[in-house]
Amino acid sequence: MPEVIARELTFGEAIREALAEEMRRDSRVVILGEDVAEAGTPFKVLAGLVQEFGPERVVDTPISEAGFTGIGVGAAMTGLRPVVDIMFGDFITLTMDQMANQAAKVHYMSGGMWKVPMVMRTTLGATRRSAAQHSQSLHAWFCHIPGLKVIMPSTPYDVKGLLKAAIRDDNPVIVFEDKMMYKLKGPVPVEEYTIPIGKADIKRAGEDITIVATSSMVQVALGAAVMLEEIGISAEVVDPRTLWPLDEHTLVESAKKTSRAIVIDEGYARYGTTAELASVIVEGAFFHLDQPVARMGAMHVPIPFSPPLEDATVPTERSVFDVARALCSKR
Amino acid sequence: MTIATDPSETDIDVGRRLRMYRQMVSIRAFEEQVNQLYLRALMPGLAHLYSGEEAVAVGICEALGADDYITSTHRGHGHCLAKGAAPDRMFAELLGKAAGYCHGKGGSMHIADAATGNLGANAIVGGSIAIATGAAFSSKYLHNNRVSVCFFGEGALGQGVLYESMNMAQLWRLPVIYVCENNFYNEYTHFSETTAGEILGRPAAFGVHAECVDGQDVDAVYTAAARLVHRARRGEGPAFLLCNTYRYTGHHVGDINREYYRSKQEEQQWVTERDPLKHAADRLIAGGIVDRAEIDRLHAEINAEMEKAVEFAVSTPYPGVEEVEQDVYA
Repeated sequence: MPEVIARELTFGEAIREALAEEMRRDSRVVILGEDVAEAGTPFKVLAGLVQEFGPERVVDTPISEAGFTGIGVGAAMTGLRPVVDIMFGDFITLTMDQMANQAAKVHYMSGGMWKVPMVMRTTLGATRRSAAQHSQSLHAWFCHIPGLKVIMPSTPYDVKGLLKAAIRDDNPVIVFEDKMMYKLKGPVPVEEYTIPIGKADIKRAGEDITIVATSSMVQVALGAAVMLEEIGISAEVVDPRTLWPLDEHTLVESAKKTSRAIVIDEGYARYGTTAELASVIVEGAFFHLDQPVARMGAMHVPIPFSPPLEDATVPTERSVFDVARALCSKR
Repeated sequence: MTIATDPSETDIDVGRRLRMYRQMVSIRAFEEQVNQLYLRALMPGLAHLYSGEEAVAVGICEALGADDYITSTHRGHGHCLAKGAAPDRMFAELLGKAAGYCHGKGGSMHIADAATGNLGANAIVGGSIAIATGAAFSSKYLHNNRVSVCFFGEGALGQGVLYESMNMAQLWRLPVIYVCENNFYNEYTHFSETTAGEILGRPAAFGVHAECVDGQDVDAVYTAAARLVHRARRGEGPAFLLCNTYRYTGHHVGDINREYYRSKQEEQQWVTERDPLKHAADRLIAGGIVDRAEIDRLHAEINAEMEKAVEFAVSTPYPGVEEVEQDVYA
């Protein structure tokens, strides 16, 4: 076997490479958003794209999230494949009519006549000391609306393959990126690839307990799994990767195998992603479960600014470890 | 800001004038049938009639090509017909039938027609403004010379997305025309109670070329539209056309007792003195283009056509229940 030379990219670099490849491949792909061109976004994720593709394709917009999202919808309906950049996930609230009432419904309401091949990229995640309006994880809002797809990549490899698939998808797809993860490094092949939307990934195989984790919580789950291993508990970490469509089969089969499950997600637990995923597991694996499915998400509070308060709002390796150990100690 | 040129100064050919008149009569007849369908309890839900406002849709769409885009509103039947949709498939959509433009899934407020560039009617007031602007963004990017027309009522002047969209349209010189149909009532409230300042001052603030036209005069609307479409195609950017018009019926077919928000006298005055069909017919007769008998024949012909279209819609089947989950995703 030839030796494979691993190449590492950061999460942010993988996003940039995905966009650049798709923009080279398809002239209909354009980027719209605040400070996307010369600034390359506050996270510098898009740095260099305007130099290669020009300001006609990497378009700095006014601070008008509803307006430019809607322009993205209209442009998608009429021949382009826009990638709309919403700087902070908290700002999706401003785009809700365009996404929930327009983008999500155009195909269905028109009997399949008009399509909206649009991607919205935005962020999630707390612990950046950005307070209540720049720290939320609101992906569940979009998961609730039929007609939208929601993807939650957790590694540089996944974000590149999923973003490329999203750009090629004929539906509105929202990509949530954990802003704490932009500097995370991981292997990304040089060869082109895409990852199908709707396929979970087992990030770590195990026997005793299933930890289903999304986006920012995947690294937390993997950290907890290492701690659990030290006390003799083998944890399987399952990353759904896409929340809708959802690979229910992989979640259910893992829970059937281990007979215990925790679901972790950085969104609010109440009426949130963890509720849906736990319900899928319970419905599909009920007779195989030894314990109730545990849910861990953000506390039901606005994200506070003060560091010790903010840190208390989201699951940590330690808190996941504690819950897993408790579940596994019960017979 | 300029006022549209006097239509008497324009030279609209006879064929076009007859076509526009015919189209206005069709829209009026269509809406009368819709009201009958409601009264006969054959139509699920409600519908918002365009009667009284025909000259706006017809004058604007007459200035557009088949490839040009429109977006429409909850009061959208007139826009769809004027852009070229067929009455039978529209009635079928209104009745929720499989033969409707959207397989019955959209209904009165969501009719779309890709073949005529109709991106769809919209039940969110102002909901299609950014979409129309996005279509213009595509046209400019793809250099395909298409113009996008966004119809909206004066009620949408209250929506922020209008101002966000006009700002970007002007910054980027997009070929989009914002057609504000001022029928004076935001549902059940007179627009003067909801709208501060001068309407034309709003587009003007963004540097968007703005005009006002008599929305009851189809020749005037067409003349203004033709000029603005031409301007947009030349790359001179967006425009805003304020069309003052009047909604003959209630907010929707079920809005019967309206005296708490407008008088019968006011309604009657618009119908008798400002009717766009009567105005156009009088002008055609005065110009010696047609006589009264020909006008009557045309009305009879169109009424028969609409009755036939309704019959088709009533008799054509509903979609199968298995279709409920189809087309959620492309």
